[in-house]
Amino acid sequence: MTETTGKTGNGKAVSILLTFIIAFTLWMLFSYWNKYLLGHYDPFRLARGIIVAVIIALTMHQLLIPGRGEKVLVKLRRWCLYALWELWQIALAAVDVAMRVLGIRPVNPRLIEFETTLRSDLALTTFGDSITLTPGTITINIEPERGKYLVHAIDQGPADALTVDQTMQKKVGYVFMEE
Amino acid sequence: MIAPFVIIAILVGFTTILCTYRAVFGPGTLNRIVAANVIGTKAIVLLILVGYIIERPHFIDIALMYAVISFIGTIMIAKYLERGDLCSR
Amino acid sequence: MLTIDILTPDPLSTLINILATIMMAMGGFFMIVGSVGLLKFPDFYTRLHATGKCDTMGQILIIVGCMIYQGFDFITVKLFFVSAFYIFAGPAATHALMKAAYFTGLKVWKKGDPKM
Repeated sequence: MTETTGKTGNGKAVSILLTFIIAFTLWMLFSYWNKYLLGHYDPFRLARGIIVAVIIALTMHQLLIPGRGEKVLVKLRRWCLYALWELWQIALAAVDVAMRVLGIRPVNPRLIEFETTLRSDLALTTFGDSITLTPGTITINIEPERGKYLVHAIDQGPADALTVDQTMQKKVGYVFMEE
Repeated sequence: MIAPFVIIAILVGFTTILCTYRAVFGPGTLNRIVAANVIGTKAIVLLILVGYIIERPHFIDIALMYAVISFIGTIMIAKYLERGDLCSR
Repeated sequence: MLTIDILTPDPLSTLINILATIMMAMGGFFMIVGSVGLLKFPDFYTRLHATGKCDTMGQILIIVGCMIYQGFDFITVKLFFVSAFYIFAGPAATHALMKAAYFTGLKVWKKGDPKM
């Protein structure tokens, strides 16, 4: 459905290595470990972990890092910083909804529609998720050809923060190199 | 140190009873689906807290599996209501 | 590990207990607010705002309180994965339900309509 040209050169090795590291770390975390993390290992368990992680990395590395895999490590580092800002927005969202339930702020819902410059699958999904986690807005529909979002907002304040200020569009465009 | 767990568990159980009003009287199908989803979320929290109260923390594996299954169930029902069939041909 | 020795209290374990209790109390408060919002709001779309944001946050706070209480152990990893799964899965389920409602023709409530 998306790009069908195979990955050449640098991108493929980085994605296989990253998938192998993630799979092996999860295997080691989920098997039994003592209080000091190095208690009870034997080489049989390590060998099974390495075989399973290699099989997963060779067959499924294109699910984790789609596309041609250019500049994956830079995007990953910027994405981690963006995720930290997003956790702060989740806390603000819960406090905002609590104030609207208790009656301190009014409830005045409306529908909004706007366009962005993001085109790839991962960037559209990240932005849609971020809209749902921001105070006062939830995504309804995404059209991938023109980057068009249909959003339900609960008041004029959060709606203005999304269409007039456009802080989140700039941040997501910076993380995915403004596709 | 068992007392705070018991108080929070009773509180979460009380909010589950509040949610059943929307499950019974909600006008239409979609309100009832939202109430079922919320009760599923609170069931996971209750499983973890009961595991701490009776001092057997092995319920957390069950909670992890139930979270995944309830999420897949909600998405399946939403897709069926929107399109009319589950597998698009 | 799950019971505290009362005869010899040390200040670090008391501080951990107080921090865990504060986190769980905040989580309980957000869960109550989320359920009251489910009963009180006038429309389906606004009720999804209440449960999708407040309910998820309350659950994450209760599980983080349990993680602080437990310390650095095997069970903490499993609790972390339950809460991390809900940060990704909560908004996705909310979006799926809202899309199904919009394309089936449910009307959006404006201020001044009768409550539905």
